[in-house]
Amino acid sequence: MAEMTYRGALRATLREALQQDERVFLMGEDIGAYGGAYGVTQGLMAEFGEKRVKDSPIAESVLVGCGVGAAMAGLRPVVEIMSINFSLLAFDQIVNVAAKLQYMSAGQINVPLVIRTVTGGGNMLAATHSQSLEGWFAHVPGLKVAAPATPADARGMLAAAIRDPNPVIIVEHSLLYPIKGEVPDGPHVTPLGKAKVVRAGKDVTIVSYLRMTLTALAAAEELAKEGIDAEVVDLRTLRPLDRETFVASARKTHRAVVVEEGWGTYGIGAEVASSIASAAFDELDAPVARVSGEDVPMPYNKELERAAIPDAARIVAAVKSLL
Amino acid sequence: MAMTRDEMGVDKATALGLYDVMVRIRSFEEKCAEMYGKAKIGGFLHLYIGEEAVAAGVIPLLEAQDTIVSHYREHGHAIARGLDSKRMMAELFGRATGTSKGKGGSMHIFDASKGFLGGYAIVGGMMPVATGLGLASNYLGTKSVCLCIFGDGAVNQGEFHESFNLASLWKLPVVFLLENNGFGMGTRVERVHAGKEMSHLGDAFQIPSEQVDGMDVLAVREVAARAIEHARSGKGPFFLEAVCYRFRGHSMADAMSYRDKAEEEVWRRRDPLPNFRRLLAERRAATEQELAAVEERAEREMADAAAFADASPNPPREAMYEHIYKE
Repeated sequence: MAEMTYRGALRATLREALQQDERVFLMGEDIGAYGGAYGVTQGLMAEFGEKRVKDSPIAESVLVGCGVGAAMAGLRPVVEIMSINFSLLAFDQIVNVAAKLQYMSAGQINVPLVIRTVTGGGNMLAATHSQSLEGWFAHVPGLKVAAPATPADARGMLAAAIRDPNPVIIVEHSLLYPIKGEVPDGPHVTPLGKAKVVRAGKDVTIVSYLRMTLTALAAAEELAKEGIDAEVVDLRTLRPLDRETFVASARKTHRAVVVEEGWGTYGIGAEVASSIASAAFDELDAPVARVSGEDVPMPYNKELERAAIPDAARIVAAVKSLL
Repeated sequence: MAMTRDEMGVDKATALGLYDVMVRIRSFEEKCAEMYGKAKIGGFLHLYIGEEAVAAGVIPLLEAQDTIVSHYREHGHAIARGLDSKRMMAELFGRATGTSKGKGGSMHIFDASKGFLGGYAIVGGMMPVATGLGLASNYLGTKSVCLCIFGDGAVNQGEFHESFNLASLWKLPVVFLLENNGFGMGTRVERVHAGKEMSHLGDAFQIPSEQVDGMDVLAVREVAARAIEHARSGKGPFFLEAVCYRFRGHSMADAMSYRDKAEEEVWRRRDPLPNFRRLLAERRAATEQELAAVEERAEREMADAAAFADASPNPPREAMYEHIYKE
């Protein structure tokens, strides 16, 4: 095991993929000469050259579509969309093309494309740069959506995505990039579609993903001080959704709180809560509670932004409301 | 006087072959219209009737390793590429024997074994994909060319400009083939496009461009040969605008109230099939018997295709869940 940042773990995986597989290439806005808006691809163009690490125009639709075409032809493109907010310009290529070709060709074509992008808020970037839109993609059959919360998962899940024969969207959170964590030595693959119990507990289940997993763990520490033993489940993959793991946890603790950074209305938490309610209704001692981002466009002001994003205190309050 | 190669630019067998492709396309489309009338085909059905000279002029020039991405009026392109008319018709019928096992339909014809990588039913959606196919050709050094076929409607989409820019910037081997049939659905090009000549749009991206009479199969073929050669030689993309006309509505649901009958009549006199047939006869490139044989063969082929499709089973219900993800 070695300590690595989330950013470093992603870079190590990209580097390893570029070394191991000639078909892998990276493409995105400012990823090469500049090193990436968040520095994930720093140094890779210098090491692998412009054939393998390509700076693209600011043109998200052709960026993704070019990746789709290259993937159809047998390459393994890893496309970076600088921010999930910019993915809206590529929605057609992601939803109508990447997600559909395998189905509409009855399996003649598959699209082994990876799209890495950055979701979430917390940087005072206001309403157009702070959205959590991964749920929109997780809604679509044909796509896989992964959301690693730790450096180890970032490494393992990106490796899995690059090996996956289907289009996979990896959502990263900008506030996670400097976070450090233990990462297994050498290459490792974390299978997509498997949630993980990241803290065992017996009194309540907190289900979350990405940065909110860390917030949920902080809430669990707070609750522990008051003698409340929370279990935290990290979804890790939003599609395919591993219902089994969080339903089993809710059955055990009899209470569940679902936490997400994005809007609650039609949110990922709604899918999780309904899954728990329908699979484990008789075993619940309280209705499933939800904590989500405020139902507003993200305000710029620091205090307002802080208030719009769930924090540990809100999770603690939600847990207590069930007890 | 018998035709010499110089006069038409193609030899006799090739000329008759081009006629064969055009006749087979029209015959397929007419059979589709008939089957749509009998409710054997559902959804939208966009017929290529009138535009056959474009597909026949370009597609037979491609090589086996080349790829095609097209729009939703793509039956003609698929026939010209040599897809099996039986399996195509079965796809339109939604049957298990179809090219996509009944899950794609008229607008989404695929045959990867022939490099026919899809009809794309969102206007302009195939253009970014074409850049990726071109990129892969360069990356892997396969020398394959991607033929990207789109309509005049796509020219106003952002993806047109994004794809032209990237293809030229990275010197991707893509032949961009614009089928300008004068109408985006029911709206005349002039009402929605600010430019004059669409073929001039390549200049902005330093893409060599040419406009050709899309009703003249030999003229199309002559320019297409240069376009394909340009792309294959590593010089980057080529933009070819074929000016043509569709004789039928946008889809079968279209009553064509927006069209001027006199204009239609002018274009109908330019119908590529009877005109090319007359040329072949005049130049004695083909006998009446040979021409009639082509027509009869096509008619039989498409009747057989419809019979095959009609006799084919529907996909089982479980097929709905297949091919969403590859294991």
